[in-house]
Amino acid sequence: MKTLTKLGLAAAIVAAPSLGLAQDGPVPGTNPSTDTVFILNSLLFLVGGFLVFFMACGFAMLEAGLVRSKNVTMQLMKNVALFGLASIFYYLIGYNLMYPLGTWSIDGVLSGVWGPGVLEAVGVTADAVDDYGYASTGSDFFFQLMFCATTASIVSGTLAERVKLWPFLIFTVILTEVIYPLQASWKWGGGFLDSMGFLDFAGSTVVHSVGGWAALMGALILGPRIGKYKDGKTIPMPGSNLALATLGTFILWLGWFGFNGGSQLAMGTVGDVADISRIFANTNAAAAGGAVAALLLTQFLFKKPDLTMVLNGALAGLVSITAEPLTPSLGLSTLIGAVGGVIVVFVVPLLDRLKIDDVVGAIPVHLVAGIWGTLAVVLSNSDASLMTQLTGILVIGAFVCTVSAAVWLVLRMTLGIRVDEEDEVNGLDMAELGMEAYPEFSLS
Amino acid sequence: MKLIIATIKPFKLEEVREALTEIGVRGMMVTEIKGFGSQSGHTEIYRGAEYAVNFVPKIKLEIAVASEMADQVVETITNTAKTGKIGDGKIFVLDIQQAVRVRTGETNADAL
Repeated sequence: MKTLTKLGLAAAIVAAPSLGLAQDGPVPGTNPSTDTVFILNSLLFLVGGFLVFFMACGFAMLEAGLVRSKNVTMQLMKNVALFGLASIFYYLIGYNLMYPLGTWSIDGVLSGVWGPGVLEAVGVTADAVDDYGYASTGSDFFFQLMFCATTASIVSGTLAERVKLWPFLIFTVILTEVIYPLQASWKWGGGFLDSMGFLDFAGSTVVHSVGGWAALMGALILGPRIGKYKDGKTIPMPGSNLALATLGTFILWLGWFGFNGGSQLAMGTVGDVADISRIFANTNAAAAGGAVAALLLTQFLFKKPDLTMVLNGALAGLVSITAEPLTPSLGLSTLIGAVGGVIVVFVVPLLDRLKIDDVVGAIPVHLVAGIWGTLAVVLSNSDASLMTQLTGILVIGAFVCTVSAAVWLVLRMTLGIRVDEEDEVNGLDMAELGMEAYPEFSLS
Repeated sequence: MKLIIATIKPFKLEEVREALTEIGVRGMMVTEIKGFGSQSGHTEIYRGAEYAVNFVPKIKLEIAVASEMADQVVETITNTAKTGKIGDGKIFVLDIQQAVRVRTGETNADAL
């Protein structure tokens, strides 16, 4: 999502053929009909959207694998419930809040379009689509919704094994209908961060660090799991199923091709398709860099490589390249991703020293690597300025932290956000859901 | 009659079983256990946090034999389970007061 995404201004840049009859003004060196461009752009959103949707499965499997067996059902429940809620509330308010299409209540800050998203009519013809020069509204809505749901998925892993179900879901509603779309409008909706030249191609900051900040505030207000920190030492609580965690990581890795590739937002020219191809290759390179960096570093530091950190390292590599997956070379992409892997290996123990209990490592992966990725844009994109990138990171960080902290505090004072001690020790599966993920297993 | 209880390293189980079968041992009970002795535990690292593994996996053998065979069994286990490194295990020999074969009701030496 380079700049203005949704239908409208971007369309003018993307599809030079005018809105009249096809073929009256092709882009130099290309020969697309307007129909073809419309179809290919919409197809990119749909295929990209499928892939980003699959990331919800990736998050669910990763988290199910990294929590203890007594909390697996709860983690799966949160992941499927948050996706459902994100879909509903992004439709009801979020979509139009994120894409005002130039109609602002407060210029560049707050959308002036309120209400649910509306699709084009059934069987719509070329002269009646919302934006014939670009893509179908349904494809755009579908694609953007998946990004919103991704943001919500990030939070659940950090707060695992102790947060109550309903307060968490209420937070998800606020995150997906207000927090995410509002700050995203500042960049991708054409708001003030976009005007000042802040660059975030697919969302190292707009998606990943937002989830990360919200998770950090939640972790601080919720507190660590019982027994996690004792006498100044960190007590490991190993995950229940590293095969699932690995499956989840590979699914996320796959989904990321849609996340970054789809964010090219256009596939109607040779240039766009070539760019999407670059993005796929660069995205993969960064994941590889992150995984290998974490592999080498954990071997060196801990004497044995740590699979969970290698998984986090691959994901941190992916987050790192998300702010600019197009302009770097393959080599630079690998290095940008590798720094993400290094971040994970150092930030996971650092958070433990600060007694911030992040069960799956979402804060190093999505927040810290997200910040790194946003800054790394300046390495390959001459349009980026370090100060502007920092400003974007800080503005969005301050906004998300303030609102998230307020919501978590209100929830803590009213409903309470944490299960009681006995329930936490017995596991959330039986306490909150009365259902175990592995009922035929017994602890030996 | 003697009951020989031996703890050995898990990877030695097959070798010990073969050696005991060769000298005529006709049955044994095998349990996967965890414990500590002079080997004590060791430390591992999970996500950068060090933790102690206090109990080490072992295999426990329980073998009931006629008294005159006990020394040979102990010797065989000692020879085959030995690696010379710390943690090879221990063997205890106890008297058995009574033995009964459930199927036939035979007792003592006949039941072994």
